Amino acid sequence: MKSRPALRDTLIAVVALAVILVIPAFHRSPAFEDYIIRLSAMALFATSLNLLVGSTGMVSFGHGMFYGLGAYSFALTMQLTELSLPVAAILAVLLTVVAALLVGAVCVRLGSDYFAFVTLAMQMLFFSVIISWQSLTGGDQGLRGGIPRREIFGYDLSSQLHLYQFSAIVAVLGLLALRHISASPFGATLRMIRDNETRAAFLGVVLWRARLTAFVIAGGFAGLGGVLAALFVSGAYPELADWPNSGQAIFAVMLGGIESFLGPLVGAMILLALNDVVTRTTEYYGLVLGIVILAFALGLRRGVLDYLRQWWAQGRAKEGAGRAR
Amino acid sequence: MDLDALGQCLATASCVVTQTTSGLIVGMLLFLVAAGLTLIFGVLKVVNFAHGTFYMLGGYVAFTTLAVTSSYTLAVLAAAAAMALFGVLFERLLIARVYGSNVLMQLLICYAVVLIFDDVVKIVWGPDFHAMGMPPAFQVPPLFIAGGVVPPFYAVLIGIAAMIALALGLGLAMTRLGKTVRAAAINAPMVGVLGINTTLLFAVVFAVGGALAGLAGALAAPVRSLSPGMGFSILIESFIVTVIGGMGSIAGALVAALLVGLLRGFGTIGFPNFTDGMIYAAMILILVFRPQGLFGRRTA
Repeated sequence: MKSRPALRDTLIAVVALAVILVIPAFHRSPAFEDYIIRLSAMALFATSLNLLVGSTGMVSFGHGMFYGLGAYSFALTMQLTELSLPVAAILAVLLTVVAALLVGAVCVRLGSDYFAFVTLAMQMLFFSVIISWQSLTGGDQGLRGGIPRREIFGYDLSSQLHLYQFSAIVAVLGLLALRHISASPFGATLRMIRDNETRAAFLGVVLWRARLTAFVIAGGFAGLGGVLAALFVSGAYPELADWPNSGQAIFAVMLGGIESFLGPLVGAMILLALNDVVTRTTEYYGLVLGIVILAFALGLRRGVLDYLRQWWAQGRAKEGAGRAR
Repeated sequence: MDLDALGQCLATASCVVTQTTSGLIVGMLLFLVAAGLTLIFGVLKVVNFAHGTFYMLGGYVAFTTLAVTSSYTLAVLAAAAAMALFGVLFERLLIARVYGSNVLMQLLICYAVVLIFDDVVKIVWGPDFHAMGMPPAFQVPPLFIAGGVVPPFYAVLIGIAAMIALALGLGLAMTRLGKTVRAAAINAPMVGVLGINTTLLFAVVFAVGGALAGLAGALAAPVRSLSPGMGFSILIESFIVTVIGGMGSIAGALVAALLVGLLRGFGTIGFPNFTDGMIYAAMILILVFRPQGLFGRRTA
């Protein structure tokens, strides 16, 4: 199996997708379906962020900008034009890619602290544009009026089941694509830059070009996540592009583990589940979430999946050592 | 955009005075918060995302102290002292545990503290806005300078903040502790090797940073309303200030804070909906053309 990692990843993705798609045939649960739809958006958002944070060592605080931009441009394209849904989604992702190229061109040459702040500032600039450009975006009320119902291939995405299937397919394909990118030679280059940028530069890697490429790819996939988010809320809201949203993505990445590809997905699953359970039981969501974060940060000091993998590897090493004796 | 209004304002002395004072108090409050932030970053290389929480708690402590003792002086002192203690506890109990591990861990801990204390404030003081009101000593007719209205409290606030800026600058430049702090900012392990207790020094730096933020919260309480989310907005703005001024530079923080304050003071007349946007744009411009900030030294 080890020699065909791409085949293995594709198999895992197909099985996961099949399981998700089969579940509603046996049991319909609106809460669960909602959860998967939101998870699809969040998983793309967090995993694309981890291409920067975990793979390349670029901590972006402004990733929410591309999530928000994807959502707004998709929703606006649907409202203002007669284009079909897939075309609008592709246009939205393309627009995010262009925006990421522009923002990245400014940011990627900066040192790591400043990179974090400028990406945050870019996001806040974008956020204030959304708030102040009321005629287009609806200001702080958000973009209302819904997304026009347009069927694709006999699908009507205003039906929850169809949106569930669509989101799951888009998210799994997106994650698979990201997985291929991170497993490719380009992904290895990014990890080399993270570990030792001087050495990478000596080996002929053009640092800014590799970083900019990673930034643009990550932005594009965040935009795709934003499209799903817009479909779920049937519109777009400034909160999608606000900085607590970027904070959530960073937290999902950290919670799940930055060293594992599926870490951000696991983090997003835990975070969303926690969100649902805690908001149902108490109004002090921040208090509970904060304590959980502290417990993870001080207790594990790494993401859940990273911790489990290390624990597993240690167990294996011990077993191996025992056998050798 | 209403540039005509801005032009008219700039042409009349009274409007200039009023907007300048309101810009100055915004700037001075920002300076107090940003000075602590930049000091902590300079010495410990910790980006304290929980600094806004210190400011918020300072405001609430002052609010309660004033209600109990009805002395505003006492309220300000209590807020500063409480936040100095809070800063030390925060550093010792939480941040000190993740020195040397991934910087994101510090960020995560600060994020958790922000979330927790926003809710703690909701539980203790309630989710509603609180207005502290002007302390009785300042309930006097405003001063008129060149036709502009300046409440006496504003003048006192600007004076106190200016004195603190001076004391901080002189203290860092002239005293032995200041020299140690500056040395630690350049190479903390070496300072430790020379026999100085850096653990204590770090705690002192956090105490000073906390006290400044608490003080700012207490000084802001009479002119702004108190609410559980108030730490957030000042945090973002003081980050912009530290970045524009240069991380680790107190003088830079002062200049940048006044710049942002004045931009805000006059921006509310010229482009009320886009003052935030202007400030972010200013930060981006500074960072693109002078990434180390106005007063920062280029590292790396």
